[in-house]
Amino acid sequence: MTAAGQIAFLGRRAFMRSIRQPGQMAFALVFPLFFLFVIASGLDRAAELPGFPASSYVDFMFAIPFVHGALFTALNSAIELGRDIDTGFLNRLALTPARGVAIMLGNLAGGIALVLVQFSIYFVAGLLMGAGFEAGPLGLPVLFLLAALGAVAIGSAAMTVALRSGSAEAVQGIFPLFFVLLFLSSMNMPRDLIENDWFRVIADVNPVSYLIEGLRSLIVSGWDAQALGTGFAVALVSIVAALWTSDRAFRARMTRT
Amino acid sequence: MSAIVAERLVREFKAVRAVDGIDLHVAEGEIYGFLGPNGAGKSTTVHMLTTLMPPTDGRATVGGFDVIKDGPKVRETIGAALQEAALDPFLTGRDHVRLQASLHGLSRAERAARGDELLDRVGLTVAADRKVQTYSGGMKRRLDLALALLHRPTILFLDEPTTGLDPQSRNALWVEVARLAREDGVTVFLTTQYLEEADVLADRVGIIDHGRIVAEGTPSELKAEIGRPTVQVAPADPDERDAIVRTLDRFGAPVDAEPGRIAVRLDTGHDLADVVRALDGESLKVAHLELDAPSLDDVFLAKTGHRLEGQAEQPDPVGA
Amino acid sequence: MIDVVLAVAYRSIKKSFTNAAFLLPALMFPVIFFLGFAGALSSVSSVPGFDYEPGYETFQFAFVLLQSAAMAGVFTGFGIAQDFERGFARRLMIAAPHRSGIVAGYALATMVRWIFNIAVVAAIGLLIGMEITGDALDLTGLIVLGLTVNLIGTLWAAGVALRLRSTQAGPVMQFPIFLLIFLAPVFVPIDLLTGWIHTVASVNPFTAFLEGARSLLAGSTEEVGIAFGIAVPLALLFGLWALGGLRAAERS
Repeated sequence: MTAAGQIAFLGRRAFMRSIRQPGQMAFALVFPLFFLFVIASGLDRAAELPGFPASSYVDFMFAIPFVHGALFTALNSAIELGRDIDTGFLNRLALTPARGVAIMLGNLAGGIALVLVQFSIYFVAGLLMGAGFEAGPLGLPVLFLLAALGAVAIGSAAMTVALRSGSAEAVQGIFPLFFVLLFLSSMNMPRDLIENDWFRVIADVNPVSYLIEGLRSLIVSGWDAQALGTGFAVALVSIVAALWTSDRAFRARMTRT
Repeated sequence: MSAIVAERLVREFKAVRAVDGIDLHVAEGEIYGFLGPNGAGKSTTVHMLTTLMPPTDGRATVGGFDVIKDGPKVRETIGAALQEAALDPFLTGRDHVRLQASLHGLSRAERAARGDELLDRVGLTVAADRKVQTYSGGMKRRLDLALALLHRPTILFLDEPTTGLDPQSRNALWVEVARLAREDGVTVFLTTQYLEEADVLADRVGIIDHGRIVAEGTPSELKAEIGRPTVQVAPADPDERDAIVRTLDRFGAPVDAEPGRIAVRLDTGHDLADVVRALDGESLKVAHLELDAPSLDDVFLAKTGHRLEGQAEQPDPVGA
Repeated sequence: MIDVVLAVAYRSIKKSFTNAAFLLPALMFPVIFFLGFAGALSSVSSVPGFDYEPGYETFQFAFVLLQSAAMAGVFTGFGIAQDFERGFARRLMIAAPHRSGIVAGYALATMVRWIFNIAVVAAIGLLIGMEITGDALDLTGLIVLGLTVNLIGTLWAAGVALRLRSTQAGPVMQFPIFLLIFLAPVFVPIDLLTGWIHTVASVNPFTAFLEGARSLLAGSTEEVGIAFGIAVPLALLFGLWALGGLRAAERS
């Protein structure tokens, strides 16, 4: 069997396992939209600041549910991998001819398939909340692709933790860390309108800022080659780095001869 | 040809030698019981033989393939049900069978046919479309066994297959394992911490303690090796206890006895009649007297100097 | 009774301070919210009509103080539910002569944890230049207000945990609190909110607590009476709710 076939079968399993946990699904659907809703309402007036790049704050925040969705999917995939190690399911897979990389990517693929459905719901809900989308219909697959690449990057990084620790709890434990990255970015305010120097420095070096700005550019300004190029570049570099570390962790975990 | 061969197999974890130079020869079609307490090195041995973990030293072949050099070929040959039936609670029994069959490269038609056949064989046809989280402990073990058999392996590894099962589920599993060996000629390597399981099921037993095999043979050979039976006496009058102890001492070495009783393992040349005559000669009254043939537990005690842990506490009946 | 309170509190405090998995989430979120909101959004204070003398960091500190107080209570609810799932609560229920002391013990432990958390956030605030113009009396009032909100959160979550006795109840405890916290003037004063959120925020008790806390931080007593006037009866009400939960748990 080819690696692609194995990824498909393992992805199917990850997908089914997720949709059979409705509580978790509901959270991943409701929380990002609720967050968009309350933050956009509470900060509505911020759009009046001189130099604010979007015509309304909901436009400005519209990229965030996609990042949230990517984050939850990535962490859930890693948590499930931790659980598989913990329960011995990974050993079960290791005894089959499944390739190592297929086990990791299959796990992630199921999550990505699911998150694309979530993205569609976020998109419609965002439009209903009054957000616009400047890039037009052709921008939609680009939006989904960039957000999904973010999920792959975060998921690979989180899977490293799952593989090193062999525990789902350890992955849950790093959840706040990813929230730190999200909150200390240009999520709530464009970087040039951030007054605190220390915060701007953090947001400047935080790769999540560039992922958000890439997604945001499709929403508020249409086709911005620089923002999109930076977003994709940061996502791809992060993926390469994260896959490298997770692959090493996988080899250390799977001592299969 | 031996189905499983190990020579001076060693596995170290940091400073600990979990497996300390094990030699094994398991014949084709044999059920080999690997008996030992928790932490004796049973699972580590299984992990090495199933290629999940490389040995630190020594060598082993399974189905004629080297576990270090020919990992993929070994895995094609073997089926394994490892400890704690590792199943996904959110998938159904049939989902598991399909996934595992796909990963083993079975064709679509074969997947369905073989899956149905095995689900039927382990009695899970009715429950096949229920999520595994609704299964009882016994059902999970049976599904685990079915998954291990999907790709028709000739050698089967079962790591503590009945730990935590109620007696009924345990018996059902024993019947199935025995059938696999007798009818299908599958070689079974089974670890257990239950003496009864090894006694009932295994053709040969290896006793492992602190990473070393301390005894090996058929259950009856091992018991015969201990040889001598024990005599157990309950004094009728507690005041005569010391006198009875002194009398019994003449016939053999004292061994553990049930509370309030005294027991000795009879030396060669003595039998029960000698003991009865001696007690009678000294007018010592006994409330109870019995002769016990040696059990695997006695073998274990004789070989390791301690009893098999967990024997006192039989597994909880976790049926639900 | 007091023995039960102290025993339960001691065990709960020890559990949280010796186990990073319990301590960190409850501490991280206030810190993240504070740094994220106070750090990124200070330019919002230049929106016309935004007048809060001590500055945006202080404005956000009031939010984080009350948010963490309420959420610390919810974390305690998780702990109670977990104790029931693992059978530990059953042991407590059998051992304790005064079972309301169990709830009081959990509440006391939560207060200690929250004081620790908010001290950390305050230290970070002072580091990034937060200004507090209230005096010692104002700050005492602020802490008492925080403790009252903390108690409300604990009693609410304990009432849910004691009735449902499963960690599955987590979202039931968390979501209503989350809703109240964020459907309030979190980022700008209530007068700058418009539309439906203004309407919701003006009847949300959390708004009164926020305004009371912001006044105390600025050294004013405006809105403080209203804040306590709502917080104290609510604490009593949820005290009854938690006791009802205890009765339900006893009957189970």
